[in-house]
Amino acid sequence: MTPGEFAAHLGEQYSEHKFSLDELNEECVLLPLEIVPQCFEFLRDDDATQMDYFDFSTCVDRPPDRLDLVYSMYSTVHKHRAQFKVILDRHNAAVPSVSHLWENANWNEREIYDLYGVFFPGHKDLRRLMMPDDWEGHPLRKDYAHPNLVVRPD
Amino acid sequence: MDLIKKIPAYIERIPNGGILMTGLDWVLNNAKASSMWYMLFGLACCAIELMATGASRYDFDRLGMIFRATPRQTDLMIVAGTLTLKMAPRVKLLYEQMPDPKYVIAMGGCTMHGGPFYHDSYSVLKGVDKIIPVDIHVAGCPPRPEALLNGCIALQDLIKGEKVGRQRDRPGLRHIDPSTNLPLLVRPDTGLIRPNQILMPDQLRVLS
Ligand code: SF4
Repeated sequence: MTPGEFAAHLGEQYSEHKFSLDELNEECVLLPLEIVPQCFEFLRDDDATQMDYFDFSTCVDRPPDRLDLVYSMYSTVHKHRAQFKVILDRHNAAVPSVSHLWENANWNEREIYDLYGVFFPGHKDLRRLMMPDDWEGHPLRKDYAHPNLVVRPD
Repeated sequence: MDLIKKIPAYIERIPNGGILMTGLDWVLNNAKASSMWYMLFGLACCAIELMATGASRYDFDRLGMIFRATPRQTDLMIVAGTLTLKMAPRVKLLYEQMPDPKYVIAMGGCTMHGGPFYHDSYSVLKGVDKIIPVDIHVAGCPPRPEALLNGCIALQDLIKGEKVGRQRDRPGLRHIDPSTNLPLLVRPDTGLIRPNQILMPDQLRVLS
């Protein structure tokens, strides 16, 4: 399936929502935030898609107020791959967890929570993954500052 | 046996007493210097060079250095690699578990001042001597095995200068330059640390 076909397929299932391709990256299908877990459950279980392998999810910080969450997944049955993107509000970033659908989303989401400060309601164990437990702030946000950080002189 | 045969000759050469203590110094220091068992732990790329130094081509064994997998049996901690803030409390804990007498070699630029992670890094501890006292610094990124061996021999010399019953002046924790709040390991004369150069603790000063 191509990204366009994924968008059309999702559009048939959830006709009240709009599915488009990301204008920055035509490989990405934009998902509406409200139905993220349902969409992924559908993509995993539907016979035409069968996305049974969760590659990774990651995040892109786009100040001042956007945060893009990117999911990549693969079907070992149909041998196709797809990327999905969810656009979040940077100041109040939260997206329902998909760790109950794919186990390995668990650590991906913990990592994103740790480094970007995105909350995943429904996640069983949302702790920091990389940084110490008592760390403050989310280092990969572009406006992150830390006393230990010495900026390289130009 | 050779060692024991040599001791009387050594004692005879010393006039006017102090014989026992000096002899004991010599025996103990040689024993300590010839069996520096180091802790088996590496933190980053420098650990690869540490492994190479331990392997047959460079061969730590000929200095009597054997790795031990537990801090409780070690005399020497070679901090080899990038020390992150998350790892720092663990390293301090390991250091505290080592029995006295204990020594520390800081290997590589990362352990001296953060190395390549000095700039633009929030998670790296910039200098292990902020948390544990370091006896020998071996510069380089990574230092070649020869440099590390040289550092170990420098440490042996340091140990051989010790006196029984007298605490050696242990190197303190790093000085921080109060004006810039930056730790400095820069040599006062050249302002630079050359690769593979070994710095003794008394060469480390705050540049002012
Ligand atoms: S000093 Fe260089 S080689 Fe050693 S751990 Fe740091 S980056 Fe790696």
